[in-house]
Parts: sequence; C-alpha cells; structure tokens
Amino acid sequence: MLRELFLLLLLGGLVFCAIATAVSKRLMKMIIVYMAYSLIMSVIWLLLESPDLGITEAAVGAGVTGVLFYLALRRIHQFDKDAADQDAQRRSDKEEE
Amino acid sequence: MKKTFRQRLAAWHKGEYDFTLKTTDHVDPQMIHEYTGKEHTIQAVEKKERAFSGALYNVLCVVFCLILITVLLGAAVSIPPHGRDTNPAVNEVMDRYVEEGMKETGAVNTVAGMILDYRAFDTLGESFVLFTAVCAVTILMKNTKRTAPDGTPLPMVVAPGIVDYSKDNIVKTVSRFLIPFIFVFGVYVLLNGHLSPGGGFSGGAILGSALILFSMVYGEDRAAAIFSERLVKAVVLVSLSFYAVAKSYSFFTGANHLHSIISQGIPGRILSAGLILPLNVAVGFVVCCTMYSFYMYFRRGRIQ
Repeated sequence: MLRELFLLLLLGGLVFCAIATAVSKRLMKMIIVYMAYSLIMSVIWLLLESPDLGITEAAVGAGVTGVLFYLALRRIHQFDKDAADQDAQRRSDKEEE
Repeated sequence: MKKTFRQRLAAWHKGEYDFTLKTTDHVDPQMIHEYTGKEHTIQAVEKKERAFSGALYNVLCVVFCLILITVLLGAAVSIPPHGRDTNPAVNEVMDRYVEEGMKETGAVNTVAGMILDYRAFDTLGESFVLFTAVCAVTILMKNTKRTAPDGTPLPMVVAPGIVDYSKDNIVKTVSRFLIPFIFVFGVYVLLNGHLSPGGGFSGGAILGSALILFSMVYGEDRAAAIFSERLVKAVVLVSLSFYAVAKSYSFFTGANHLHSIISQGIPGRILSAGLILPLNVAVGFVVCCTMYSFYMYFRRGRIQ
C-alpha cells in the first residue's frame, strides 16, 4: 500500500516534470526540470526492479545530458549575443551617416 | 555569368558565396556578412515562421499532440496486467535466460549475461553508435584554426558567460572530497557489472561525469594533460577493436557459440563469467571517452 502510494507520488511528479519541461519559457529552467525528470525516472526504475536501468538513467539522464544541454545553451546564447552586437553596431553606423 | 556547381562550391568554401542568397554571380563578402547578421538570428526565423503559419501551426500542434496522447494511452491501457496466467509470457527465450543464464554465461547478474553474451552483437552496435556520435561532434565542433593567416596564434575559443567553477570555494572544496569517491564508485560499477547491477554503460557514464567535474573545477588544461586527444582516440579504437575481435568467433558462427575457451569460473567471484568482465571494461572505456570528448568539444572545440 505504502509502496504503491509512493509510486503514485513519483508518477505524478514525472507527469508534472514532463509538462513543466515542455511549457517553461526559460531554457535554463527547462534543463534543470529535465534533470529532475530523469532522477525521478531512475527511482521508478528501481521500484520496478530494474536497478541496471536506474543507475544508467541517473548517470546519463541526470548527469551528462544536463551538462551537454547546458553547454549547447551557452553556445546558442553566444551566437545570439554576437548577432545582437552586430545589429547594434549597424544601427550606430546608420545613425552616424 | 553562370558558374558550375563545383565553382560555386569552391567559392562557398572560400567564403565568397552564400547558397541562401540564390545568386550565381560573384557576391561581395561584405554583403554576406550583413545578410547573415540580420536574418540568421533565431528571433527573426521564429517571427517569419509565426507570420507564415499563424494559427494553423498551433491547431496542428494540438491535434498532433492529442493523437499522440491517444495512441500512447491506448497502448498503455491495452498492456495485459502483470502476472496473469493468460499473458503471452510463454516465451522459451525468457525461461532459458532465467534458468540457464547463470550456468551458460557464468554471470550472476543475468542482465550482464544477456547484453554481453547472448546479445553481444547488439552491444557492439550500441558502442559503434556512440563512436559515430563522437565522430559527428568532432566534425561539427572541432576548432581547427589555431593560427591566423599571418601566423599569429588565435586566442582560445571559450563560450562566454560560463561560470568559472575553479574560483568558487564551495564547488572546489566539495569536489575535492567527492571526485575520488565518484571515480572509485565508477570503477566498482564497471568491474562488478557481472555480479551486481551496473556494467559498462553506467560505469562508463559515471567515470565520464567524474572527468567532466574534474575538468570543470580544476581547469581544462589540467584535465587535458592527463587525458589528451591522442589517448582518447587510442582508448576508443583499442576498446572497440578488442570487443570486435573478442566476439568475432561468435559473430561468424551466427552467435551459436556459447562455450568460450576462457573458463567461466565460479559464479560470484570477481574473475568469472569468461569474457563478460573485459567486454564490460571495453564498453565502459568507450562510454567514458565519449562523454568526456562531448564535453570538451562543446566547451572549447578541442580536447587539448
């Protein structure tokens, strides 16, 4: 009974994290919620008696994937920042003309 | 003047031509610069998409999501309940794995026996998927320009805005105590894969995360001094070749071969289960190097 209640709680958290990942506006928040999703999923794997998958999910989903997403996000922001800088430069050039 | 495809390709390679401009004549490089600066930002593309598709896009999104939810929920509902005696569980493969698995493979962890003995070919394919991913990331992200045209070395390309964790006292102190334990745990998961949950993939991922943490805190240069690009290449290639060679006899005989010349030992000992332990180590090395080189290529475009 208690175990099923715990599982239901985890499943509810899983659904919440999945929806939050999809709808959140800020990409950084999205990555963190996605890592929380992976962590909950790894506990669920443990409860479903597949500890192999649980360990892999925790290491890959919550660890490495989050770091890679974070680095990719930084790169995107860098490109955005470059474009914004170029736009600002061009605008100031036009004003000088 | 109409140019051939080859000429246009050469011009594009030199940076004088942009395919998106759709002109075949010589293009002023300044013009390309202006064009890419204005149009290729994400916001501009998004605005264009929104103006083009309007409400239709949103409606189609909702319809697609509803269809997907219906299909997935239907599949989840129609799964037979666990443990009913009329389930299609009468599967001799599963019975064989459960009953004979330990005797035939020598591994206490039946999952390791399955993925590295019965289904070793699948695991080889998965390792090569990781290898292909590393190749693709290397092609996309590798920063080959180390010197400017006039010979002066270019500064290191590091994405701005990344927090320098080596200056954070909390992160530094915690990771000084944590990193050795993570390494030991990774090695344990890797070497104990045939006895307890874990194995090549999870152990390799843990080792890779520990390396990433190390290079984050102590700086990429110190990590690169230990783990150079040549070493990563050598480890990955040797591991993959070892895997392929060690299991080649099974592959060529249609995977009918289960009796290895290596003794299976006593199940439960660390040196048992025949080839499973070295194969676990090989897969772990591949996964570890993959994770680490992903991080390094994303972070600064090269490993050392």
